[in-house]
Amino acid sequence: MIEVSKVRKSFGDQVVLRSISFSVEAGESVAIIGRSGTGKSVLIKHLVGLLSPDEGAVRVEGQDLVGMSERQMLSVRQKFGMLFQGAALFDSMNVHENIAFPLRRSGVTDGAEINRRVKSVLGLVELPGVGGKMPSELSGGMQKRVGLARAIVHRPQIILYDEPTTGLDPVVADSIDQLMMRVRDQYSVTSIVITHDMRCARRMGQRIIYLREGQVYLDAPAEEVFNSEDPQVSRFIRGEADLKEVDFS
Amino acid sequence: MSAAKGELSSFVIGMGRVALLACEVVRSLSSVRLNWAEFIKQMHFIGLKSQFVVLTTGASTGMVFCAQTFYQFHKVKMDTATLSVVGVAMTSELGPVLAGLMVAGRVGAAMTAEIGTMRVTEQIDALRTMATHPVDHLVVPRVLATVISMPLLTVLAWVVGIFAAMILASSLLGIESAFSLKHMYFYTDAEDVVMGVIKALVFGLLISLISCYRGLNCTNGAEGVGRATNEAVVQSCIAILVSNFFLTLFLRSLLYPG
Ligand SMILES: Nc1ncnc2c1ncn2[C@@H]1O[C@H](COP(=O)(O)OP(=O)(O)O)[C@@H](O)[C@H]1O
Ligand SMILES: [Mg+2]
Repeated sequence: MIEVSKVRKSFGDQVVLRSISFSVEAGESVAIIGRSGTGKSVLIKHLVGLLSPDEGAVRVEGQDLVGMSERQMLSVRQKFGMLFQGAALFDSMNVHENIAFPLRRSGVTDGAEINRRVKSVLGLVELPGVGGKMPSELSGGMQKRVGLARAIVHRPQIILYDEPTTGLDPVVADSIDQLMMRVRDQYSVTSIVITHDMRCARRMGQRIIYLREGQVYLDAPAEEVFNSEDPQVSRFIRGEADLKEVDFS
Repeated sequence: MSAAKGELSSFVIGMGRVALLACEVVRSLSSVRLNWAEFIKQMHFIGLKSQFVVLTTGASTGMVFCAQTFYQFHKVKMDTATLSVVGVAMTSELGPVLAGLMVAGRVGAAMTAEIGTMRVTEQIDALRTMATHPVDHLVVPRVLATVISMPLLTVLAWVVGIFAAMILASSLLGIESAFSLKHMYFYTDAEDVVMGVIKALVFGLLISLISCYRGLNCTNGAEGVGRATNEAVVQSCIAILVSNFFLTLFLRSLLYPG
């Protein structure tokens, strides 16, 4: 469904992605883990064509995004829903309008239908009744959940989550995990989730991709990764700093 | 010197990219339905809410220009020709340029700041993932609204400018208004009016395209938005003043053949 091959991306003289290759099958659920600043967000932006690689190819259902014009890409993007790391809600619209936006764009025009679906998805993210609020009136965690609602409301085939539970309290984080699992299982969507939360990675990731220094360090089924003997991997999973890497000077 | 050279080359490159944005706007207008809600909002903000600044600058410039012209003309006993100079200058030059500069400062800055903030907070990226072209959704309504508003604001500047000049002339400077009106009608041609309107359209296009382009290409967070806003206003003003010169030459030879 999604195929990334030998993608290289740099900003100025900073090489962020060296040579990344992996593929995700339809209906699969993949977690991407790795330290902050390794380029996870940059990587998933390549999957929807928000960034284009310096080298390499990104194919979605066989269509190569590289070299497509922005207009050609619009139809490919209709397959996607994306939750941004910073939620990226439209601050000129209220919550209801934010969530209705992708619905309208996907061709739903009936007002009652839109209202019903916005209400139901706000219920799913446990924010009933905030429809009339502006994004600036919400806490960061609430914005994140509205962003999540906006990403799933039009039932896309592929959903990309960039740190869905970062900054949420543990109880809400748990309910978001469950929501993502339910969306995955009910609508059999393809999910790609970036996370620092190992519980979330374990629940969502049938497969885990560990990104390190601009490369795929490990790409394996979840069980294998969590039982890995590799010190790099196991230290990351247990959340232990490698003192050799920490430099306080 | 090298700083000026860098500035100039970035201005030229920027204008090239602005031209590409203009092509995208044309493509969008011909193939995508207009975002009416945004267009009406922008008409309200650009057209209606700019009236006050345009009104004030129009009136004050009309009066100052009238007074200065009168003091010079009075020496050669051409008092009643004062308003005809004001009329010609206001319609073909001062009206569109002043309205343009005011709109660049008020509207262009706001456009760049708003779109730039959307850019650096990833709202533009979010728009793109929702199968929406930022040019369709943000740029086209703003360009249309500015291009439609500019001639209207320019006419407003003419009317208040000339009216204020007339009141000043007849009340304080003691010019007989019947004569000065007759002279003004005689010397201000329809061509001056047409020229002013064409200039206003061009300036509206320049302001909105430059400001949207600067906003869409913002980087570096809040600081970047500030810098982009600043550049948008400066470049819009330069573009207005430079193009005004060429428009005057070009339109004169076009509208007054022979
Ligand atoms: N638009 C950009 N311009 C320049 N540098 C960028 C840009 N986006 C990301 N980077 C850099 O790329 C690196 C990876 O960023 P990111 O993908 O956000 O990391 P993370 O893995 O934490 O999501 C960072 O060092 C960041 O500074
Ligand atoms: Mg990130």
